[in-house]
Formats: sequence, C-alpha cells, structure tokens
Amino acid sequence: MKSYVQPEYLIERDNDRCIRCKVCVNQCSYETHYYDEEDDVLCSRNENCVNCQRCATFCPTQAIAIRKNPNTYRPNANWTQEVLTGIKKQAETGGVVLTGMGCDKPNLTYWDRLLINASQVTNPSIDPLREPMELRTYIGSKPDSLKLTTSKTGDITLETKLAPQLRLETPIMFSAMSYGSVSLNVHKSLARAASEYGTYYNTGEGGLEKSLYKYGKNVIVQVASGRFGVHPDYLDAGAAVEIKIGQGAKPGIGGHLPGEKVSAEISKTRMIPMGTDALSPAPQHDIYSIEDLRQLIYALKEATDYTKPVFVKIAAVHNAAAIASGIVRAGADAVVLDGVRGGTGAAPRITRDNVGIPIEMALAAVDQRLRDEGIRNKASVIAAGGIKSSADVLKAIALGADACYIATAALVSLGCTVCQKCYTGKCPWGIATTDLWLTKRINPDIGVKRLVGLLRGWSLEIMEMMGGMGINAIESVRGNRLVLRGVGLTDKELEVLGVRMVGE
Amino acid sequence: MVINDVINHTPENLSITEKTAKIDATGMYYKDLNSLLRSLDANGIENIEIHNVYGQRYIGTDLDNHINIDIYGTPGNDLGSFMKGTNITVHGNAQDGCGNTMDHGKIVVHGRAGDLVGHSMRGGKIFIRDDAGYRVGIHMKEYLGKRPSIVIGGTAQDFLGEYMAGGVLVVLGLNMKEKVHNARFVGTGMHGGTMYIRGDVRHLGEEVAVAELNDDDYNILGSLVDEFCSYYGLDAEKILQSKFNKIFPVSSRPYGNLYAY
Repeated sequence: MKSYVQPEYLIERDNDRCIRCKVCVNQCSYETHYYDEEDDVLCSRNENCVNCQRCATFCPTQAIAIRKNPNTYRPNANWTQEVLTGIKKQAETGGVVLTGMGCDKPNLTYWDRLLINASQVTNPSIDPLREPMELRTYIGSKPDSLKLTTSKTGDITLETKLAPQLRLETPIMFSAMSYGSVSLNVHKSLARAASEYGTYYNTGEGGLEKSLYKYGKNVIVQVASGRFGVHPDYLDAGAAVEIKIGQGAKPGIGGHLPGEKVSAEISKTRMIPMGTDALSPAPQHDIYSIEDLRQLIYALKEATDYTKPVFVKIAAVHNAAAIASGIVRAGADAVVLDGVRGGTGAAPRITRDNVGIPIEMALAAVDQRLRDEGIRNKASVIAAGGIKSSADVLKAIALGADACYIATAALVSLGCTVCQKCYTGKCPWGIATTDLWLTKRINPDIGVKRLVGLLRGWSLEIMEMMGGMGINAIESVRGNRLVLRGVGLTDKELEVLGVRMVGE
Repeated sequence: MVINDVINHTPENLSITEKTAKIDATGMYYKDLNSLLRSLDANGIENIEIHNVYGQRYIGTDLDNHINIDIYGTPGNDLGSFMKGTNITVHGNAQDGCGNTMDHGKIVVHGRAGDLVGHSMRGGKIFIRDDAGYRVGIHMKEYLGKRPSIVIGGTAQDFLGEYMAGGVLVVLGLNMKEKVHNARFVGTGMHGGTMYIRGDVRHLGEEVAVAELNDDDYNILGSLVDEFCSYYGLDAEKILQSKFNKIFPVSSRPYGNLYAY
C-alpha cells in the first residue's frame, strides 16, 4: 500500500561545506543518510529522519540542517498535522499509534503559572555562597512524636525507634527507567551519579544488572506487575523497594518490552528467555484493593526484614488524594505521584496525552488530604512527571513534596533530544536502545560527569532561590505554599493548589 | 535477636531439641512468628514444626538456609512469598498467593489452596493435593536452569496459567467426576512454558493451542507426577495412564502486531 504519510523533516546539506567524511551515515541508526559513490555526494532518505539532531551535532563542518517539511496540510486548528498523520498511519497499519517521552501538549502544565517569593527589606535574604544552606532531606515514615531522654551528663538520646529512612543530599532522585527501555551504560551512569552525589536511582521494572549491585545503597529497586528480575538478592541489594502501580505517561495500562529488545543481556537481568515479549500486566494481579496492597507492602517488608522503606508509585489520576490516603494507611513509607506529563519508553499516544492529571494538582491535593487526615508524617511524598528545572523542584516541594524524581531531564543531560522515538529501540544517542553498536555511544565516565553536573547545577539554583526567600533549609520550604503565588489561574485552580493569586 | 533472647521471651510456645524446633503459634502475630522463624533459621535450626497456625501471613519469606517447615493448621496469604529455598509442608489448606514470586524451594500442601498459586514464581516447586483457586501460575517464568513447576491434584479455576511465560503447570483432576475441567480462559496471554492437563478444558484463551504429549513431555510430566504421588501416597503409574493434553503458547510474541510505527 502506498503510504500517504509525508516525511516529517527534510534534510538540507550544504555540499560546499560537506567533506564527505560520512559521519552522518555512521551516526544515523535510521539509515537516513547514504553515500553515492558515483557522484561523490551524500544523500538523504528524508522519510527516515526523526530529527534527533545526532548527525547535525556530529557533522564536523555544520553542513547539515534539518527542518520541518514545509509541505503541511491546510492549517486547521482541529484537524492538525498530527491528527491527520495519525489517522493515515492507523489506516495503513490498523495499529495503536505509539510514542515516547512525556506529553508534548502545552496546556497541561502549571509550573510556569506559579511564581516563587523573595525577601525584600522586612526579612533578610541569605547568600548561599557564604552561609550554610541545607538541601539534605530524608525519605521515609516519620514518627508521630519523638521521645528523648537526657542523661546526667547532659547527653540526649533518642528513644523512639525510627522507621528506615533514605538520606538525600539533594531533593532530586532519578526516576524509574528499566534496563531494556534504556541501555546498561545509562544505568551505569545513573547509578554512579546517584552514588557520587548522595541521591538515588530507580531500577524500573527490568531488574538490576549484576555489575551494579555495588551501588546498591543508592539504588531503589522496583517491583512491578511483571516482577521481572525480582528475586531475594535484588530486594536485598537496594536501599528501598518501590511497588509500581502506575506510570504518569500511561495510567492504567501495562508495559510491554517487545521481544526484539530482549537481547541476551536483557534476558539475563530480567530472567526471561531471549526474544520473548516481556509483558507487564496492567494490574498487579495480587492487588485488587488497598488491603491487597498492604499485603504486598508487608510481603516486601518481611522479605527485607523491615530494614528498607517501601514506596508505592501511582499515576496521578482523578482520585489521587483518596488513593494516596489508602496507600499511606496500607503502610507505605513513601507515595510517589507521577503526573500526566511523565515520560515513557513507549506508550500509546492517545493514552499519554489524554489520561491522568497534572502533577501540580495531584501533589497539592494529596498533601492537603494527608494533612487533613493527620497522616502526612506517616509517609513521604515524591513528585514525578514533567519536572524540567530546579524551579519546578522547588515549587513541587512548596506544594508538599519531600523530593522529586527526574528522568527525562537526566536523559537530556546524557544527550537525549526528546525526539519521542524511544519505542523504536534505535536511539541514535545510545540511550533508549539495547543495540550494542549504539549503546557504546554513552560512555559512563562521561555520563556520570554530565548527570552530576545537572544535579549540582540544579542544587545551586535551588539554594539561590531559597536564599532569596530567606530560607536556609529545604525542610522549611516543604508544604510552605505561602512562598508561591499563582498567575493566570482561576479561583478554583488556585483553591486546589492551595496558593494565592499574585498581588494578594 | 539471638536464640536465647527468643527463648527467654517466648518460653511457653517454643521448644527446641537439637536441630528441631516446635512452635505453638496460637494467638501469635505474623510479624512475631516470622521474626522467630528468622532467628531460628539464623541459629542453625534445620526443622521447624509450627502448630495451631491460624492465618499468619508470609511464613517462609526471607529465610536464608534451606530448612524444613511443617505447618499444622491454615497458614495465611503469601505463604512462601519471595522464598529462597525453604521446604514447606502444610498439613491443612493454604490461602491466596501461596508461593508468590517465589525464587527457590518447595511447598507441599496436604489440602486445597486459594487464588494465585505461584504468582510470578521463577523457581522451585509447589504441590497442591486438592483444588486450587483462580489464576494459578499467573506470569510464572523461567530462565536457563530455573524452571518453576506447579502440580495441582484436583482442578483449578479460571485464568489458569494466565500470562504464563515459562515453567511447567500440571493439573491432574484426580477428584473430578467428569473429565472436563470447568476453568475458562485457560492460558490467556500465555507466551512461554507448558501446561499438562489430565482431561479436557472447557474454555481456552486465544493465545494457546492443544497438542498430544511427546516423549520429552512424558519425561517432564512423569517425574513431577512421581514426586507428587510420593507426598500423598498415590499411584503415579495409574495417573499417567490417562489421557493428558499439552497446552502451549502459539507465539512467544502474542502482542507483536498491535502498533503503528
């Protein structure tokens, strides 16, 4: 069948600048570029281009420019290019339109309509370069009260037995991305960066590769519906265990690592035969209720002898507040909320862009609900899904989060250009692929530096903003919604966010 | 916790003779029972009898050594979940989630079991003398030498072997009057492993097919049935004379063509 779908991008090559080095041919895993020996010229198959910018970045003479195909359909606010192309693709394949990364629609974000306060005159701001500023925080269940005893010599001892806690040197952790959806070198970079900076990386549902067990005290191991790679050593290896119920990019649906991505290495860590589909069912079949969730939380606590916090991760959905209350009462040490803009290696586009709610609203609602019920201390709240700057992190903490998970931002620091083609498994940046030819493109030694650079940069920025507010500990920002004001929001939106209007 | 502490704290319901411990679990909270099991295991006890078990969960989870546990009564949900190599014998019925995500070891139940027997199990063996509930063997999987197996003496309910990705699941139907298992959607989403069913199945999932057993199948089935019969004093030869159906996945990639690229 002749495809009616036109190439999305056109490649323009400046033949005067091109030195025929063929870097573009070698770098593109979609076989977009080829060399015509007869005419001694490089040519393009435009239809293959995903605009990942790998070739343009590596072209030594900047001879390549990629631009959007000017042949667009007649402009139409409803029947957009994306809608028309999607329909044509579906007519030609009869399938579900897949995509990667988080929702790319503009109307689902609130971060940019929240503004942070600063001290002027009446309260001195603090210079973080010269004065102590604390970003350290602890994830885990906090006691209702503390019992202290003072000895005759004046030494104070804590009598209350604390639940297990994770110590974070910055309130930013790397969110779940399975080994399989991303490469081993990405996992290595994440694990080492987390270890170096004093934070945590999450394995996702693909197990923990043997060589990474040594970073265990900075690893959160995930248990999801497929239970891939979950065995006693894995649970023992991590610093915390996360039960994945849902993911912001695809709430309510399962995961599916296609058989062609289940290579020898992936099969070893997931503990399944090579080439078989790795299916993660939509529900965990031992969890149909909050009571069942409690059963799995405590199964994992028993399996780790109550030494590790157990997180429960849900996609932010309409009843997130009530569900989170149930999760806390079921005994979770932390609730992870993943908003509608959360990323993914593969999801139906229709689900990604239409199911779930923004993290800002879910976070505010959950924090308020847990406070109203007097159980906010019993679990930490972690915000995820579309955190793209240090300001987003700080705003999330002011809305009630204990810490944030980032994933897309971490991948961008490694080279990702958010081309949204992760599901093809051919990532030219060597990130979302298991092809050994491509995975070599991430050098973990460099990856660590880039990730640590990101963590350091954001942490410095958070300290700058905190200093500006006259606050010297991240704990004092948590749930402190007075430091936020909303702009361009309705009364109802402000009410749910628990934030006042600018000028108020 | 050292063993002396345990004995000092619970003298009335624990007795130890050499490598064998006897526990009276009457009124014991599951957390305390499992903590006691952990310390007995850590202190070189090899055999544990637990009497008057009444719904305590997670028995056998997180024990490091390959010890034997005999349970008298009714253990609670998630018996042997994430288990590493313990041998458990239940003199009674088991509840839901028996062998959940179990890695290694063995569970022998002299009675019935509830739903989700062997959920996501990746190694070890489970034998149930009588019937089991829904979704037995859901998402069990195998890798290299690790091949989990479950044998059900009676029949099982709907969604038997759902999402099954590896291992062996045997249902013998020994207590059935008619030779048709009433379960529906057997093998839905199955993409690995094998089921051997004595008698016919009322309704199969879309992802499986039925075949006759070959010699290799009979070898695998024979050794599991032999072992099953050795626990319950049954005649394996007689059972193996009946007709078995082999249920297997038609593809290791059941959902490969759902997407538009």
